[in-house]
Amino acid sequence: MIRHLKILEYALSSLVRRKFKNLSIIVVYTLTISVLASILFLTHSLKLEASNILLEAPDVIVQKISAGRHDLIPAEYITKIRDIPGVGTAKPRYWGYYYDALTHSNYTLLGSDSNLTGLSLLKGSMPSDSGQCAIGKGVSDVRLTGIGREMILVDSKNTGVVFTIVGVFSSESSLLTNDLVILEKEDLIKFFGLKAGSATDIAVKVHNENEVQTVAGKIKQLLPDTRPITKSEIIRTYDTVFNWRSGMMLTIFSSALIAFCILAWDKATGISAEEKQEIGILKAIGWDTGDILVLKFWEGIVVSLTSFLLGIIAAFIHVFFLGATILAPVIKGWSVLFPDFRFVPYIDLYQIFVMGFLTIAPYIASTVIPSWKASVTDPENVMRG
Amino acid sequence: MIKHRFFIGVTLLEVIILSIFFFYSLASVQTRSRDEMPAKRQLVKLLELTDLAIWTEARYTRHPSQADLFTPFQEFPSSLEHFPAGSIIAPLKSAESTTMIFGR
Repeated sequence: MIRHLKILEYALSSLVRRKFKNLSIIVVYTLTISVLASILFLTHSLKLEASNILLEAPDVIVQKISAGRHDLIPAEYITKIRDIPGVGTAKPRYWGYYYDALTHSNYTLLGSDSNLTGLSLLKGSMPSDSGQCAIGKGVSDVRLTGIGREMILVDSKNTGVVFTIVGVFSSESSLLTNDLVILEKEDLIKFFGLKAGSATDIAVKVHNENEVQTVAGKIKQLLPDTRPITKSEIIRTYDTVFNWRSGMMLTIFSSALIAFCILAWDKATGISAEEKQEIGILKAIGWDTGDILVLKFWEGIVVSLTSFLLGIIAAFIHVFFLGATILAPVIKGWSVLFPDFRFVPYIDLYQIFVMGFLTIAPYIASTVIPSWKASVTDPENVMRG
Repeated sequence: MIKHRFFIGVTLLEVIILSIFFFYSLASVQTRSRDEMPAKRQLVKLLELTDLAIWTEARYTRHPSQADLFTPFQEFPSSLEHFPAGSIIAPLKSAESTTMIFGR
């Protein structure tokens, strides 16, 4: 133990002697770890948040497919779906997209029943009458408007329609409601000029959740021009969006990983003449190969452990306290309306340990192996270079 | 023998900070699951929402789960992508069980 502490003391002195070089390695290493960890924290948090929230999504959404594209679904399909054994309710959903030329942003317009009450994440109320609307925080911010004020939207006949804002969704719900504009159902049908007796899609509730897949199969059999989307598929979508194969992981994660590999490769392909000379001197004054390997092991541990821990701390602060401000523009893309992220700090210790193993171990190996090559060479030759 | 004490001290401090973050995350997840999750689920249930409002730039990025089957990110992982968010979204997994019926 004392031997290791003494070697650690020497390793630290050796690192301090080349402080600028080692400090720059620690800075780069910490940055790489913090980028990797930020992506892992962010995607894991979003994935779990999505799968927890969307548990209450409709069991099956039935879309009509026409010429390979989503089309309006006839209302008579609802009766046919309701007749399938196991189906609880089948309700039409009315929704669509609206491009607001004023702010260059896209809204999602959703028609709701006028009797919806008790939404705790809504300030104000839901539209209960024609000419009223409730909007998401993003829409409210981008239009600089709020409860009691008016919002003009241009309908399918190119006529400006005035809606009075009666409710604004709170920022806590931004992940779900940021771009929403809720209108009264009849208002929405009129606004988009939807054909009478048609809806955007149908939301189906199935009594027994084990029968959802069977019901979806039956719907597809009964109505071949439809596409049933089950709740598990919806949740699986978000699982896929944020998994390691997703573009975000592949682009940022792999660039950070490549940066780390270059760092490790640079270390592994050779040590400086000064370091070689130091090894030669140590061997000449009586250190054996084992001692030098222990010394290099401790040097590797000091740099990699410090960088790893600092990187994880920085990533945690970046994602969970600062709302991933650096990564947000990457995720944002061209979206004008983008929610303010308040990530729930779901931490997967397994991910952290795997990342620790995949970064600390190669770095230590790349520190020890070249030194081992130098330490088994004759000290005189090593000192002479 | 000062440097190694300093290093061990700094490492311990980092571990303590990380432990505090870890316990903070456990508490925070618990609090938000208790306080916010029911309200969010209520919103999803009553408004029959299917997707998160993260990317509003295109139809298939606003509602990835409801998008047409033929969209760049869903059909081909390497097909050309138009919107930046589309390149962030991974292709969907193929359906677990598929039955194909042939008829004349």
